[in-house]
Amino acid sequence: MKAPVFTPLYTIIHKELIRIIRIWPQTLLPSVITTSLYFLIFGSFVGSQIRDIEGISYMQFIVPGLVMMAIITNSFMNVVGSFFGAKFGKSIEELLVSPTPNWVIVWGYVVGGIIRGLGVGVLVLIVALAFTKLEVMNIWAVLLFSILTATVFSLGGLLNAIFAKKFDHTAIVPTFVLTPLTYLGGVFYSVNALPEFWQNISKANPILYMVNGFRYGFFGVSDVSIQVSVVMLVMLVLVLSITDIVLLRRGVGLRS
Amino acid sequence: MSDVALEIKNLYKTYKDGAVKALNGVDLTIYKGEIFGLLGPNGAGKSTLINVLTTLANKTSGDIVINGLDFEKFPSEAKTYLGVVPQEFNFNWFEKVEDIVIQQAGFYGMPAGEAKERAEILLKRLGLWDKRDTVSMKLSGGMKRRLMIVRALIHKPEILILDEPSAGVDVDLRREMWEFVRELNQEGVTIILTTHYLEEAENLCDRVGIINKGNILEVGTVKELLSELKKDTLVLDVVGAVKNLPERYRVIEEGRLETDLLQGEDLYTITNELHSKGLRVTGIRNKTNRLEEVFINKVSQ
Repeated sequence: MKAPVFTPLYTIIHKELIRIIRIWPQTLLPSVITTSLYFLIFGSFVGSQIRDIEGISYMQFIVPGLVMMAIITNSFMNVVGSFFGAKFGKSIEELLVSPTPNWVIVWGYVVGGIIRGLGVGVLVLIVALAFTKLEVMNIWAVLLFSILTATVFSLGGLLNAIFAKKFDHTAIVPTFVLTPLTYLGGVFYSVNALPEFWQNISKANPILYMVNGFRYGFFGVSDVSIQVSVVMLVMLVLVLSITDIVLLRRGVGLRS
Repeated sequence: MSDVALEIKNLYKTYKDGAVKALNGVDLTIYKGEIFGLLGPNGAGKSTLINVLTTLANKTSGDIVINGLDFEKFPSEAKTYLGVVPQEFNFNWFEKVEDIVIQQAGFYGMPAGEAKERAEILLKRLGLWDKRDTVSMKLSGGMKRRLMIVRALIHKPEILILDEPSAGVDVDLRREMWEFVRELNQEGVTIILTTHYLEEAENLCDRVGIINKGNILEVGTVKELLSELKKDTLVLDVVGAVKNLPERYRVIEEGRLETDLLQGEDLYTITNELHSKGLRVTGIRNKTNRLEEVFINKVSQ
């Protein structure tokens, strides 16, 4: 007898999807409102005073970064919120007592995070089109970087949820790690405009590679190597997947 | 095919680097088709044992075999035989009753169509069909308990584990639950329940195990355990003037006596003796639940 895979995986993803839709004012709306304000203030008001960056208007330049910011935040928050909520309310036990393999649990939640991350990303992109024109130079780069980034941060959200013991712990990483790294990851500026020292410091920030890879898909320009960015993202997916699965198997934060 | 549903060998569970021994070398065999009750005071290790069986707690050492499958080697396969009703409500409070049940079926690999059909049967059987679209947090306590049973049964488990099933439920629901458990057992489901209601164990269980401080102290049929009692203390309602009674009778209040019936002694001896003293016996009952006496004797040893 083999452990069931497809049906449990589908069930977890479906459950996550229903949750995203059920509480859409919490899951879909906030990022759309926030990024609309970014476009309005930084793009229209401030951006009109800033010269083009590598031949791209400032408004256009910030769009990929803001979409990526929405993907990062939402994929992370979806998994950390949903998994920790299930852990806190003990409904995670429904899964733990079932024959669902650990890797299916991990990927069920991660796919849920990817769906929300990409869904919100698309909504933000639609909002951006109200402010500026956009052309896609390389659709595969856009898809690859958005999916890999959503995957990395969904896996990261799960890792956070596994270790979190109270709701406060689910806010520490987004507040003190994700937000600073995102703002310093070239969302609003090109790192080439920084002094060399700060350029080198910025290159230690993984979000810089994600934002630039995604931006490359739209404009064909990037501050960093696209190949390095892809390899780094794939490595992060592998390392985080294995870590999450091993932690779940050991029962860290879940089993006494 | 073996008639053993569950075999636990030398099971240990310790906390705090071995300082706290929650399970201390538990050996237990539960046979197919029986209702087995695990009795013990609070903190005895009942829930820890259930949690280890259902993988909600990691064992420290020992073996668990379910329907011939080593739990450590075949965890997913072994889990398909188990249905679990935990002590605390552990479903998502924001989800609808039917969704909770169908999702659980999905976790066990049951296709949606089959899950829907089975959910309908079980929800109707436990009187929750009208509440299928209700968000679970809006159910009454008894309904929540029944929802947990439906959820545990959705994948047709061969062994149903009930951790304190009647904790916090009213008398009517408790009786209903007993009836339902008996029906399930007649349909071939092996039942393992933990309880500290001795009445529940006496009424429902084929065999009982007494656990205390992580050790199984005694296992046997209710009849076997009761046979260990050397005497029963009886309360007698009598009519007539109580005077010049032998020493074995203690007067509790007017019209009510207490006496010990020794093992093998005939009840007729007592009624006859009282009749000869001019008393009419109008009622006889045990002073305490008989299993309770055995239980207290065991755990206080």
